[in-house]
Formats: sequence, C-alpha cells, structure tokens
Amino acid sequence: MTTIAPRRPPAGRSRPGTVQTAAQAVLKALHRIAPIWLLLAAALAVVVWRDPAFAEPHSLTTFLKRGAPLIILALGQLFVIIAGELDLSVGALITACVVIAARLGAGDPARTWWVVLLLIAFGLLVGVFNGLVTSVLRVPSFITTLGTMLMLNGAVFLWTGGSPTGSLAANLRQLGRGSITDVPVVGQLPYAVIAVALAVTAGYLLLRRTNFGHRVYATGGGPRTAWLSGVDTTQVRVSAFVVSALSGVGAAILLAGLAGLSANAGDGYEFQAISAVVFGGAVIGGGRGRISAAVGGALTLEVLFTLLNLLGFAKPLRDTVQGITIIGAAVFTAYRLRRPR
Amino acid sequence: MTAVVGRPIRLPRIGQNRSSWPAWLVLALVLGSSWVLVNSTGGDFITIQNLQNIAQRSVALGLVATGQTLVILAGSLDMSVAYTVSITAIAASVVMDGRPDRIAYGVAVALAVGACVGLANGLVIAGLGVNAFIATFGIALIVRGALNATFDNVAGSVPTDFQVLGYGTVAGLPVGILLLAGVVAVAWYLMHRARFGYHVYAVGGGLETARLSGIRTRSVLIAVHVLCGVCAALSGVFLASRLGAGSPWVGPQGAYDLESIAAVVLGGVALGGGRGRLLGTISAVLMLAVVDSVFNHFEADSFLRTLGRGVIIIGAVALYARRGERGWQAPS
Repeated sequence: MTTIAPRRPPAGRSRPGTVQTAAQAVLKALHRIAPIWLLLAAALAVVVWRDPAFAEPHSLTTFLKRGAPLIILALGQLFVIIAGELDLSVGALITACVVIAARLGAGDPARTWWVVLLLIAFGLLVGVFNGLVTSVLRVPSFITTLGTMLMLNGAVFLWTGGSPTGSLAANLRQLGRGSITDVPVVGQLPYAVIAVALAVTAGYLLLRRTNFGHRVYATGGGPRTAWLSGVDTTQVRVSAFVVSALSGVGAAILLAGLAGLSANAGDGYEFQAISAVVFGGAVIGGGRGRISAAVGGALTLEVLFTLLNLLGFAKPLRDTVQGITIIGAAVFTAYRLRRPR
Repeated sequence: MTAVVGRPIRLPRIGQNRSSWPAWLVLALVLGSSWVLVNSTGGDFITIQNLQNIAQRSVALGLVATGQTLVILAGSLDMSVAYTVSITAIAASVVMDGRPDRIAYGVAVALAVGACVGLANGLVIAGLGVNAFIATFGIALIVRGALNATFDNVAGSVPTDFQVLGYGTVAGLPVGILLLAGVVAVAWYLMHRARFGYHVYAVGGGLETARLSGIRTRSVLIAVHVLCGVCAALSGVFLASRLGAGSPWVGPQGAYDLESIAAVVLGGVALGGGRGRLLGTISAVLMLAVVDSVFNHFEADSFLRTLGRGVIIIGAVALYARRGERGWQAPS
C-alpha cells in the first residue's frame, strides 16, 4: 500500500449528466481544500473578532515571527513522520544548541559564524545517531529519540551545572528578533519570516521534486516494498532524521533571538512539532503528509495559543487544548482514510 | 481425528514462544557486577537494608510497568501513565485530606480516576481507530493541562495510618512489596493462565486475525487500557502514601511513561505486541533499581544519572531488538 505523493482526484470531475447547483459546487470546492486551512481560517476569524488589531500587517508579521521556530520544526518532523518514524529529541536538541551557543560564543559577535557551523555539525551528528540507531540497531524510533533526549538533557545539565552560563552574541540574536525595516505594506519584515519562507520552499522542493522525497514516502508507506524496489531505506531514514535535527538547529537559532538564553528553551517543542504535523493530516506510521498542511498545522497551533491567551485561560490549559485538538485531528484523519474515496 | 472423550484438551501455555529467562540472566549479571563494583570500592552491597531499598524503589515503577506490559502485549501503548500517576496520587490525598476514616474512600476514588483515564485511552484507540501513541499522548496532555491549571503545589495529605502502605512491614517484608507481588500475581494469572490472556496475545499478535477468529478485539483493547490505568492508580496511591501527599509533578518527575516502556522492552516483550512475558518486565524493573542504587552508592550527579539512563535504555533495547529474528527480513 505504498502511496507515493498522494494526490487528490483531478478538479471538476463529475458524473456525466449531473447538473451541479451552486451550493454543491461550493461544497465540492471546500472539500478539496485541506481541512486544516478551514480550521486555521476559523481560529483566525475568532482571534480577529476578539482583537481586531490582530489583523493589521504589523501584528501578523509579529505573529509569523513568533511562530517561525515551530513551523521550521514541523517541516523537519514531517520528513521523519512520513518516513514512518518519530523524533522526540528535537526539544532537547534546541536547548543544547542554545546553551552551547551561549557558552562557546560568550557574547562575542566575531565567534558567531563558527558557532553556527558547530551547531550545524552537532545537529548532523545527532540526526545521524538517531537514524543509525533506529535503522541499523532496529530500536523503535520513539525509544531511540527519547533516549537521545535524556542523554542531551543530562549532558547539557552536567556541563552547565543546571544554570547556563555565557551569553548570546548580538548578531546571532538578530536573526531571531531583527527585521528589515522600511518594507512597503508590512513596514517591517522579520528575518525569521524570510527564514521560514526559505525553509518551506526548500522542504517542498526536497519532498516533492526530488527522488529523495519519493523515497521518503515509499519508505514510510511500506518499508519492505520500498526495500525490494531498490530503495536504501537505511539511508532514507538517516537522512530524514538529519533533516529533522537540522530543523531543530534552525529553530534553536531563531529561538535564541526570540526567547534568549534559558535552560529550558526547547521544552515541549518536540510534542508541539508532532501535534502540528498530525494537525496537517499526516499519519503516524508513515507514507502520508504534505508540506503545506504541516505549515498550516503549525500556524493553527500558534493561533490557538494566541486565542487562549486572548480569552484569558491559564497557561497550563494550552496542553489540554493541544491534547483535545490532536486527538480530534487524528480521529478525523482516521475517518477520512477509512472512507472510500 | 476424533476427540478422545474424557481427556481434557491441553492448550499450549501462553507466551512460551518467548520465555523470560534472558531477562533474569541479565538481572543476575547486573546484580553480580554491581556487587563486585560496590564492594571493591569499600561499600557493602548485599545488606538487608540495601536490598530492601532496591525492592522498595521498584514498587512504584513495577506497578506501572505491569500495566504497561498488558497494554504492550495487546499491541498498544500507553504514554499517559505518568500523568495518571500524578492525578491519582492527588485524588487520593485530596479525598483523604488527613482523615483516617476516609482511607478506603480515597483509594476507591483514585482507582476509579485511573480506570477512567484508561477507559478514555481505550475508547479513543479501539473505538475511534487512532494510533495508540497519539491517542494516549493526547490524553496525557489533557490530564497534564487540567492538573497544572488546578494544582500548582502539593495538595491534600494522607493520614499517618495510611503511610503504612509506603513504610510499614509485615513479617519483615515491606507492605509495598506485598502489594506489588499481589498485583503481579493477579496479572500473571490473567496473562498466562486465563482465557483473557489468550485473547490479549492474539490481539497483539495480529489484530485482524484475532478479529476474524471471533475475538472481540475492541473489548480486549479497552480492557487492557483500563487495567493499565488501575495499575498506574495503584502506583499513584502508593506514592501518595510514601510522600505523605500528592503533587502534580510526582509522575512526570519519575518519568514513569518512558521508564515503564523501557522496562517492558528490557524484559523482552516485543513492542509490536503479542510476544513476551510479564515476569521479564519485573526482572527489568529490579535491574533498573539495582543500577539506580549503584548510582546512589557513587553519589552520582542526578544529571549524570539521566545521561546514564539514556545510554542504558538505548543500548539494552538495541540488544533485544536483535533477538528473535528468524529467517530473512528486510531491514525495516
């Protein structure tokens, strides 16, 4: 049951001899839109209704800037999930990256470039480790990555003694919180938004326009079939974990700017990324998922958090809402998959 | 073939396709090397005191892991146990509120809450067809949010009489150990001697095959999740008794979700379900406690301990993953 890059049936296909009413046409059009966008639109509408200022270009770009780390993480997680695995180590990886950047960079702008290179190398290492342990040693990926999470957390705290030292260089933080000023219409264009645009484009091209992308779908859809068709599933899995780890490094650099140095910078991000991807209709178990829907999922999650803030709910209830929506999304996806097309 | 009248049909023992002796062998090796390691550095490993400590530390995890074993044998998974432990510990201590006359009431409420969380898990997984990881993880988030929004500190308290469960001894044996032994005995009977066990192994071995053979797979899945919730609740009650009160962080701090799954896998149960034995899990729980006590002896940093745990879990699971593979298999 390998579905390579699942596509919807071509638009406008209708039985000959049936006349569509306008209402039916609208319903059909709605049906073709991924449901996550309808959910996002509804959530946005409620937010704007409660706080009209949110619709201004300035607050929208600020919102995108805040959501940037999660979007990038969701993109990386999507590769792993389509390949049929899970990556729970990204949250700990983010914390590790932020702490390393502060400790080794020590606030010196001249060191930023090699610190960034070092972080990328570190991300590569973590991704390759996750991938190799999962595919060569055949440890289920959620155990592997939970173990990696424990090891990273332990190592970081052992190294820093519980409270991170050093500081983040100003030019490193600029990436996450700075913007290009004097842009027409929106006024300011945050670097983070540009980074998201680049990441989404790169992710789309990699997943949908390269052989590698097809192999990721094939590996997740049916590992044995893929293997027998000549796909090196080990290589695909390792690459997917590397993509996820690198997205973690990217998110860490943005978060270093947005939130600054803390010993729990990445807490909970792994679960938020998985939630975002599942919102987007990807299936845990592999073979299904789309870039656009994962981005939609991440945005929806952020809008829901904003909405909770606006409505004055206690912060812990975020978890509850996240739990309800993730189950709802999974139920909906399961229902859609069971229903014959 | 005609059936011989009068001779009872002997069904094969359940789960003997994979016995638990390798896990006990590993436990013996770990015990032996810990003994050498501790004694060679001037400590004394085999003392009643230390062995009791190890056993006592195993109780909370052992209870959770017993429930997790049932769930995993049925081919499912429960990521919500850590928060179930928290919510039931709080339920018990809030309901008791220091009053000895309310002990039974508090325990009953805690068990009911645990059963409800398990029921919710089972219904979402079996009824709505959601992936077990996502379903139980979603339920865990819901419970966590509700808990943290309601309680931000230690809540309620248990009466002194009730602390017997955590600290008392009967004929030299800690009460907690007796509780664990009782629960394990019941679960062992259910899994390896009762019809229910055959059904669980069948569902874990192949859901569709089990369904076509006339097993009510949904009921079995819901039942194991309820039992797992009750086991986690017993652990929550035990921890409330030991700590004197329940708190929102008692479950997540013990990382019971990850640790219980790790113990199950270390005990030789296949994560896919359908293969493995309950006693393997118990030996793995004891093994983790022994490792813990060695860390204690060397007064290891708690962060170093976390690091060590990660390495041990990945390494051991990798060793077990290689076992039991027969014939050619695609590297999947």
